[in-house]
Order: sequence, then structure tokens, then C-alpha cells
Amino acid sequence: MKQEVLLGDEAVALGAIHAGLSGGYSYPGTPASEIMEYLIKVSDGGKKFVASWSVNEKVAYEEALGVSYAGKRALVSMKHVGLNVAADPFMNSALTGANGGLVVVVADDPGMHSSQNEQDSRYFVQFAQVFCFEPSNHQEAYAMTRQAFDLSETLGIPVLVRMVTRLSHSRSRVQPQPPREQNPLKYGEGKEWTLLPVNARRQFKILIDKQRDLIKASNESEFNSLDINESNTEIGIIASGIAYNYVLENFKDEAPPPSVLKITTYPLPEDLVKKVVEHVDTILVVEEGYPFIEKNIKGLFGITGKEIKGKLNGYLPSTGELSPEVVRQGLEMTPLPKRKIDAFPMAARPPQLCQGCSHADTYRALNKALESYSQANVFSDIGCYTLGALPPYNAIQSCVCMGASVSMAKGGAEAGVYPSVAVIGDSTFAHSGLTPLLDAAAVNTNMNVLILDNATVAMTGGQPTFASGEKLQRVIEGLGVEKDHIRTIIPLPKNHVANVQVMKEEFDYKGLSVIIAARECVQQARRRRGGKSE
Amino acid sequence: MRQDIILAGVGGQGILSIAFVIDNAALEEGLNFKQAEVHGMAQRGGAVQSHLRLSSDPIHSDLIPRGGADMILSVEPLESLRYLDYLSPDGIIVTSRSPFVNIPDYPDIEKVLTEIKTVENKLIVDSENLAKEAGSPRAQNMVMLGAASPYLILSEKILKKFVRVLFGPRGEKMVATNLKAFDLGRHAAV
Repeated sequence: MKQEVLLGDEAVALGAIHAGLSGGYSYPGTPASEIMEYLIKVSDGGKKFVASWSVNEKVAYEEALGVSYAGKRALVSMKHVGLNVAADPFMNSALTGANGGLVVVVADDPGMHSSQNEQDSRYFVQFAQVFCFEPSNHQEAYAMTRQAFDLSETLGIPVLVRMVTRLSHSRSRVQPQPPREQNPLKYGEGKEWTLLPVNARRQFKILIDKQRDLIKASNESEFNSLDINESNTEIGIIASGIAYNYVLENFKDEAPPPSVLKITTYPLPEDLVKKVVEHVDTILVVEEGYPFIEKNIKGLFGITGKEIKGKLNGYLPSTGELSPEVVRQGLEMTPLPKRKIDAFPMAARPPQLCQGCSHADTYRALNKALESYSQANVFSDIGCYTLGALPPYNAIQSCVCMGASVSMAKGGAEAGVYPSVAVIGDSTFAHSGLTPLLDAAAVNTNMNVLILDNATVAMTGGQPTFASGEKLQRVIEGLGVEKDHIRTIIPLPKNHVANVQVMKEEFDYKGLSVIIAARECVQQARRRRGGKSE
Repeated sequence: MRQDIILAGVGGQGILSIAFVIDNAALEEGLNFKQAEVHGMAQRGGAVQSHLRLSSDPIHSDLIPRGGADMILSVEPLESLRYLDYLSPDGIIVTSRSPFVNIPDYPDIEKVLTEIKTVENKLIVDSENLAKEAGSPRAQNMVMLGAASPYLILSEKILKKFVRVLFGPRGEKMVATNLKAFDLGRHAAV
């Protein structure tokens, strides 16, 4: 088959398609969005397989689980914090097991390029006691995803593929292999999948018993490699995923490197770890994310007679993303010569709202309306509008996780904050804002929810949303918000005065109100007209 | 044979289009390549960069080490300096001289250009006017690709083939404009 130029995310998607995927589900989130974008593009409108955006990651996970239940192969993809949302079905699916191969792709974001934390999904793998692949390059992303489906069926568990931003968003060539057919439909049996305590106890025992098979699969994986340098017994390196590349990069033009164990599977390949540890006195652990391998090897008391270096003792930084030069420091090699600018301080060019963005008009009106009150809090959420925290707007005071704006505004109002305002986009509202609004409507909390309805998931490139326009209006009514206090404004400069007036009226109302600021995303409008977005 | 390039610009200037052409040309020439991009929040009108590595040998890291880049190819002068610490001692800067001012503290452009000129190997191109001459102010990225092309380890013919592939879906006029932009850039370089 012909080689293809693919993003790491796309290599994962192609691996899934060639493994006989029947259903793929996801919620957009950087750096994972391109997996589903690619699946949708290839699915031919659902004729080849189902590829669909879901309302949130929990729903996406459960839809994939349903496909697996019916014997077919399913993929669910998300960014790292998405797995928090999907944690409930994820943890429990380790007990139900998988009928058709179930592959969970989670893209971590070390360095927080586009995220609110840098949590390491390998802890979730350990927590759920399932199997995980961590590819180091595009070809592995393709091949491991394919193999993940086979392994999920052989071991009867969901298998996670851990991506990181740098691989997800790097492009390289991939050599595909001939595709496999999809699985036939098979109706599921009830017992394993009905997690009543009586069944769950048995299923948990089965999961525990499987652990030996998981470690065996890890020890025997073709994707791990141990290169022993017989003449160097001083230092050895354990590197996982893309961290392995940074190690090799630094030995590119050097004498033979020390012994290197490349780890790409979890649970840890214990036999290989043992071999390298036995061979050397000092081990440097290089891994992207938390010191997961390092802590697992070290335990509480370390290994007698051996020194283990890594993030825990400052040889590598505990925060941020690795890079060739960061790893070079950890290897205690001479730094490469670097140029610097002395003439003037380099001006930062932070991301900003697009020219003509509706959020800018909404924030200008909100800031003006709030001038009439001595104090206020604006709780915000995840999306382009989070940039309202930066100058020139300085309009919001919180951003925690999907949907938290609405629930926190309720808590804030109940603590006495007035006005207590939530700012949330239409897609984030559909994802996790409905349930807290139902909560607030039940007791008519004195708060205001500003829904920025731009009719798309803008930040991640314009994916469809589930509740926009008239439908959004009906959903809010259905949740129990009083019709008189559901107001719609069009955020445009010419409507500024009128919009400020609407906001002030609703801030003055002692109860729950929702203001919908409705205007399409400018990038989405450009795409819809057939042009390219910027 | 290997070449490490930092592509730089501001979100919206089309540096990923430059990357598309180089990636596909590399594939056609049988070279290995890795090209790291920045997506998501950072893209919105902010500084964007892409690490592009070409090699006849296997490539390990997706990122170029600081101090190791053979070229900085930038569609914006200030952005060419943002990644100066990546440039190797004998590397070259190929940059536009046309500032993209969307920040309040943009430095004096003359100071920026003076700083670029302190680098021994540099090529400063009036991409704004050349793109206009080609027929579209948005074609500055292809002007800069053309300007960099004599220094790339890829043939001009294959690069131009993928300029055609890239703009083909948007009509013959678009293809012609961008090929002209490429030629004007290349002419400015040699």
C-alpha cells in the first residue's frame, strides 16, 4: 500500500479504520480533535462505519461501549481531561470487559498548549488496571492502534492508546497495511455486563486475575526494545513514548549510547526493566508527563545499590513538556550553542479573539453593564471566550472545567455573590451546562447565565453543536427557566447600548435568568461560505 | 543529507501551507520528514511555529534542538527573531520584511531588521509587495517559500508541483497567482 503523510492523530484514526472499526465517537478537544475529523472524512457519511461527534466524552465512551457490547470494534477519542468526564464508564468497562475490540485514545497535553492541566493518563490506566500503548512515532501510532483492537479482544478489556500533543500534531509518513474486515454483529450476554454487586465481585476478580496476562503481553510486546551496551555498566536509560526520541536525538552524532530501554506498553514490562536495572548502577528515567515509571520503579524505598534519576530528584523538570535540550540537560551533556537577542525585549504575541468575533462585543457589553454594581463575579468556562480573561477585556474571573461556570455561579450566588454571572458557550453548555442549570432552575437561584451561542465548537476548528438557536431556547425553557427571563441579544457594536440594558435588567431581577448572545463564529461563517478559515 | 527548518509566522499567515508543500515534496523525493505543528488555542492570531525536519536517515525527535536549526523561514520579521535561539551558528534566516502588527508593544521595525541583519546568513524579502505583484496579498507565504527554495534540499520542480496540488481545488487563477508568488520570491533570492 502507498505511504501517506499523516498527523499522529490521523495515523491513529487510519490504524483504527484498517483494524475493522465499526463505530468511532468523540468530543472535540485539543490535541485529540483530528482523530475524529479524519474518521468522519473517511467514513463516507457513515456508509463505511459510524464516525460521530458526541455531546460529551462520557456519552461518547458509552456509545463506543455499546458497539463493543454488540461484538463490533469501537474507538472513543478525547483529550486528557475528557477522560475525567468519561471516568465513570471507563472504570466500569474494565470490569465488563470488551466483546468487540474497544480502544480508548487519550491525548495528553504536557506543557498545557491548550489545556487547563497536564494530568497523565497513565495513572488512569493503572487505576482501571487495563492495558496501554504509548507510541513514539507515527508508524507506531498506526500499528499500535491496530494491535490495540486485537489485544482488547484477546484480553477482554478496553485498551488505551496514550498520545501527547507533540505526536498528535506532528506530521510524518506512514506505511499502512492491508485493512481487516469489520466484525459481525453479535448480541451480548447479560451477566458480565450487568454490574450488580453479585456479578461485579466476580468480574473484578476476573480483572485482577488478568493482570498476569497483561504484564506478559507487555513483556513480549514487539514495540518495546532493550539495547544493552555491554561495556557501560555505569548508567542506563529508561525512556517511554516520544521521550525515547529525545534521548536518541542527543546521541545522534555521539559514540554508542548507554543501554536504553524503550517502553511503549503498560503495565510496565517488568522483565525488561529488571534486565536493564541489573546491568547498570544508575538509571535515568525519561518520560513525558508525570514521573510515572520513575515512581513505580522506585517504590517507597528505592532499589538497594542503585541510583534512580529523573523528575523526582530534579534531573529533569517536573512540569512542562520535554524537548531535546531539556533531555540533554538530564543526560548531563554539554548544551548546544544558542543565539540570543540583546537589542530589545521580545514582545509576546498571545492568542486573541479574531477580528469581528461576537465574544468581543458580548464582553464589552458585559463590562459596561457590570459598571453599575460595586462588585460582581463572572465565572467562565472552556472555549475561545476564555480569552476574555486577557486584556483588553479582563472580563472573567474563573475557568475550571467544562460546565463549571454554571455550577460555580450557583454556588457563588448562594454564598452571597451578586451579580453572579456564568459565561458559557453553546457547545460547552450542551456538554456539561444543562445539569447545573436544571439545578439552579429548581430553586430559582439569583444568578445570570450568559450563553454565547456562536453555533459551533470554535476553538477546536468548527465542529457541530447540539443545542443552538431555537433549539437552545427550547432546551432552556424545558429545564425550567422562566420564559420572561430567557432573553436573546445579538452581540454587534450597533446593539451595544440595547445589550447593556438587557443585561442590567436581568442583573436587577432577583432570580435565575439566561441571556443568549447569538451570533455565528466569524471563522465558521467563512468556512460555510466555502472559504478557508484562518 | 539532512535539513532542519523552523517555520514561523502569525496565526492566519499560512505557514501550514508552506509545510504542506515541503512535506509532500520530501515524500516524493524519498526523504524522511517530521513536521510538528501548533493547533488549538495558540493559533488564534498568536505566534505560530512549525518544526520541519528533513533527512535521508531516520529522524528521531519531532522537535529541532535549540541551536540546531539550519534555517528559520518566517513570514513575519519579528517572528523570525522569536526562534533565533534555535538557529545553528551557520544557519540562515529567510524572512519577510513586512511587519504584522496586532500587538500594542510591537518593537520599532528598524530595530527588528537591524537585529536580523546581525545574523551572518540572512535573506530579507519584501513579501508584501511581491505578493501584491503576484495578484494576492495573501500569497506572502508562497513568496517566502519561493525565496527559501534555493536553500532547500528539495527540487524547485517538485515544490511547484505541490503548490499546484495545494491550490488546485480553489481554481486555476489561484494556482497561477501562487506559482507567480513562488517565482517572484525565488527571483528575489537569486
